[in-house]
Amino acid sequence: MSLAAVAASTATTTAAETNGFLSPTGVEIAFLLVGLVTLGAAVVTVTTKQLVHAALWLVVTLGGLAVEYLLLTAEFIAWVQVLIYVGSVVVLLLFGLMLTKAPIGRSPDADSGNRWAALTVAVAAATALVWVVVDAFRTTWIDLDGAAVGSTEANGKALFQNWVLPFEALSVLLLAALVGAIVLSRKAAATNQPMGRTAPGVQPAGTDPATADEQPSRQGKEGAR
Amino acid sequence: MHLAYPAVLSALLFCTGLYGVLARRNAILVLMSVELMLNAVNLNLVAFDVWLSKTAQDTLHSGQALTLFTIAIAAAEIGIGLAIVLAVYRNRGTSDIDKLRDTAETGDGSDDGHDAPESAASTTAEKAEATA
Repeated sequence: MSLAAVAASTATTTAAETNGFLSPTGVEIAFLLVGLVTLGAAVVTVTTKQLVHAALWLVVTLGGLAVEYLLLTAEFIAWVQVLIYVGSVVVLLLFGLMLTKAPIGRSPDADSGNRWAALTVAVAAATALVWVVVDAFRTTWIDLDGAAVGSTEANGKALFQNWVLPFEALSVLLLAALVGAIVLSRKAAATNQPMGRTAPGVQPAGTDPATADEQPSRQGKEGAR
Repeated sequence: MHLAYPAVLSALLFCTGLYGVLARRNAILVLMSVELMLNAVNLNLVAFDVWLSKTAQDTLHSGQALTLFTIAIAAAEIGIGLAIVLAVYRNRGTSDIDKLRDTAETGDGSDDGHDAPESAASTTAEKAEATA
């Protein structure tokens, strides 16, 4: 009896202490608003005709998702999202757009000819998924009170107690990706050089893209880490 | 919070990415749409992990650990993917995936691939006979 009372009192105190500055309804409203912004930015990302704008709208989408993680009390994931996605992946994509000489301004052929089939497939998949998900989880609620679930401490404990082997395997995979990116860039450089040697006037132009193309792979390594 | 909110948002984001993958023509925009789909999966993992860690007794905290793994794999994927796209651009002068049709079957069906060598062989045989 007394134990239950003590447990209840500690539960209420921790809930009162660690409650965020938003009420539960406030969290829901904020989640909805940020979700609308995120979804709108995602739709603009896949429909805009200006290629660089697509990358910039992708920043809005990924940042909105980071805010959603924060609202779900997954702090560590939120900051990892900001660091890796907004920090490196988008920069990498922008480099890719510039290195493939993407046209600045509107490009009328950004969408391929099968966009109506794609739209049909996407709308059908969205309808089916939303219907199933809403029907399945109509009585399920997330309890966001109490201590944050996704704090750095909790994540570190879980990662280094239960997930050590996948973690190490992931480091091997990152090493493989690093080597693969270098090999993909180097191979083309090796084929470029003999062409430059046979035509001596072309040599600076042949070496220029090689040095320019090593840059994204180097950044890929940083992003992968 | 109702669990349907993050689940519906992630389903809609996934379908947006699906549309982008199917409808875009530039390879780098396709990679962006793949990133959207991966992020939808991440949101699902985080939401269900938060739900389960409050309802279940003790969990492995698997949702957030898998989210971290997904983010790392996505970073590796974008590095390799961009290296491939740049190699293709250097060799072909375009990153338009509608124009990369080297392995496409032409028009009538798969018989064309067998017809061409046979006809070539027959013409060379005819030439050999003519020269003989």
